Amino acid sequence: MERELETRLRAWMEGRAESRWLEKCQWELAEPHPETTQLESVRADIISTVEFNHTGELLATGDKGGRVVIFQREPESKNAPHSQGEYDVYSTFQSHEPEFDYLKSLEIEEKINKIKWLPQQNAAHSLLSTNDKTIKLWKITERDKRPEGYNLKDEEGKLKDLSTVTSLQVPVLKPMDLMVEVSPRRVFANGHTYHINSISVNSDCETYMSADDLRINLWHLAITDRSFNIVDIKPANMEDLTEVITASEFHPHHCNLFVYSSSKGSLRLCDMRAAALCDKHSKLFEEPEDPSNRSFFSEIISSVSDVKFSHSGRYMLTRDYLTVKVWDLNMEARPIETYQVHDYLRSKLCSLYENDCIFDKFECAWNGSDSVIMTGAYNNFFRMFDRNTKRDVTLEASRESSKPRAVLKPRRVCVGGKRRRDDISVDSLDFTKKILHTAWHPAENIIAIAATNNLYIFQDKVNSEMH
Amino acid sequence: MEGTMFARGLKRKSAEDGEDVEGGLAGTQATPSYSLQRQSLLDMSLVKLQLCHMLVEPNLCRSVLIANTVRQIQEEMTQDGTWRVLAPQAAGRAPLDRLVSTEILCRSVREQEGERPAADVGDGRTPGLVPGLSAVPSAQALRSPQSSLWEVDSSRENRGGFQKSLDQIFETLESKTPGSVEELFSDVDSSYYDLDAVLTGMVGSTQSGHGSGLQAFTAVATPPPGSSCRSDLGELDHAVEILVET
Repeated sequence: MERELETRLRAWMEGRAESRWLEKCQWELAEPHPETTQLESVRADIISTVEFNHTGELLATGDKGGRVVIFQREPESKNAPHSQGEYDVYSTFQSHEPEFDYLKSLEIEEKINKIKWLPQQNAAHSLLSTNDKTIKLWKITERDKRPEGYNLKDEEGKLKDLSTVTSLQVPVLKPMDLMVEVSPRRVFANGHTYHINSISVNSDCETYMSADDLRINLWHLAITDRSFNIVDIKPANMEDLTEVITASEFHPHHCNLFVYSSSKGSLRLCDMRAAALCDKHSKLFEEPEDPSNRSFFSEIISSVSDVKFSHSGRYMLTRDYLTVKVWDLNMEARPIETYQVHDYLRSKLCSLYENDCIFDKFECAWNGSDSVIMTGAYNNFFRMFDRNTKRDVTLEASRESSKPRAVLKPRRVCVGGKRRRDDISVDSLDFTKKILHTAWHPAENIIAIAATNNLYIFQDKVNSEMH
Repeated sequence: MEGTMFARGLKRKSAEDGEDVEGGLAGTQATPSYSLQRQSLLDMSLVKLQLCHMLVEPNLCRSVLIANTVRQIQEEMTQDGTWRVLAPQAAGRAPLDRLVSTEILCRSVREQEGERPAADVGDGRTPGLVPGLSAVPSAQALRSPQSSLWEVDSSRENRGGFQKSLDQIFETLESKTPGSVEELFSDVDSSYYDLDAVLTGMVGSTQSGHGSGLQAFTAVATPPPGSSCRSDLGELDHAVEILVET
């Protein structure tokens, strides 16, 4: 109670005009470039991950079929002022193929679980993509010139008849149509017995970690045949297994710190300087259970599905089934903020357990200034929470309601009682339409929403600057 | 009476028994509707553990969460003394009776404390949420004379068997070699492999030697009281078999 009052007072005292930003925000669908078809953003396969690179110029998406599609933001041009900064397809490649584990007689899915960009160090872009078992480093380069005027070869590459060569020339580089080439540079295989759920590039730009259900490994980007195990929560007897790792991430600034979340709702911050095997956490973040809310499903809904450090590195954002929480790294006892994503589902937990929806893993995202957080929900809804004003909005990612340049209309779910005209009732929510993956541009108000097979990119034209 | 759902605050549905249901209820039975729905949840969980496999390795997180839920239910049932193996008379009930939409289990103690359910969730049916599964009103399940109770020789023995079967699930998740699978299957009827058979409960009857009259949905653990020590493996044994089936 006190904490809530304190927060309200703080918001009132800050009282800036932009504190009402979330209300003034007008999200509209970024129409793809007129020359590309709508199909570019619709896939045969379910999108399984979405990630902007560090500048926001590129947006990578992975899907269930093991493919990666990268979109690039077009530079604003004076000729077409309306198409300022639209995203077009930049490159498509097959990252992972299905495999068969002969020892266990099991298939290994090619679904891309996570993509993480490496910080750009030269003209090329690099990213890591992973499925359940294998991580791959891909290098993306552009070729927009080619040499012409060889002495020994003609334009098609055939050897010339030497008798026709009467003088020597120096080949020159001529411009050509842009070609984007993607090549696998490293394959980090055989590091994981269990399914990889997270990868995270360290701020040192030399190492990265990969986490599966029970273990976390540290890799060097240049070394593929060796990795260091830094967390291992596998019990001596698998019979005693009651908790698994659900997500993990390196601190954005401190290369020795990382966090991992568990299926019991706890977060562990670990310091790699303390020991080679970080089984003892430096800090344990756990909210005590509310005894009045206890049910058979309490543990399941407390399982953390995603954890993200804020850009500042001071906070962590976690998503569990019904809420998103903001944690201060300096306070382990409880989160500093809790936001209800869809509390109306609390009375439906049994049905959601029955149809397995209760195990859905939603991701969460910070905006560039760490003032707004976003996460997905059902019925193609996604939610944004303004941390300063405590206001929130529900929006829907759907083509029907989004004509070009149309502004997204806030949606509302009603739980009985008075119902407004456009409200959706809880019982008519479509639980097959779930928004699990969302991403926010690192600097601007541009968001990418993956709704099953469709990718939506929304821009806030009114407030393109971050607050 | 620490450690039960009740002591932790989940109040039972009603005071039909005329008892004070706030803690201190060692040995007394849960009210029929709550225990029925709890049983239904247990059955559902066990089926889920069975079904999560096939071609791709099961999701370990999901399996762990379901198994923990099963343990919680089992603990609570053990503590309020309802942990008993299903009696043979329980046969003949339609399978769908057990898939009660257990909305009541989702309620926190605040909601349960002396109120009526809200109109829109009162009947426990959520058609939008569970397509393809007809939720049976709880009233119908209540009328069934055979309540969902297990009967064992000793609850401890059953608990041990239960735990053992859960362990087997994780061990087999851990080491899926053909050898161990063969061992688990060695004395099992081949009809276990038929998932439909499992769901209609026919499988259990075969093993325990009862006639095909047993129709209990997931009550495959139906040996008569006093049977051999294998009675404690019961249904969870089947869960393991199906789980590790390749």
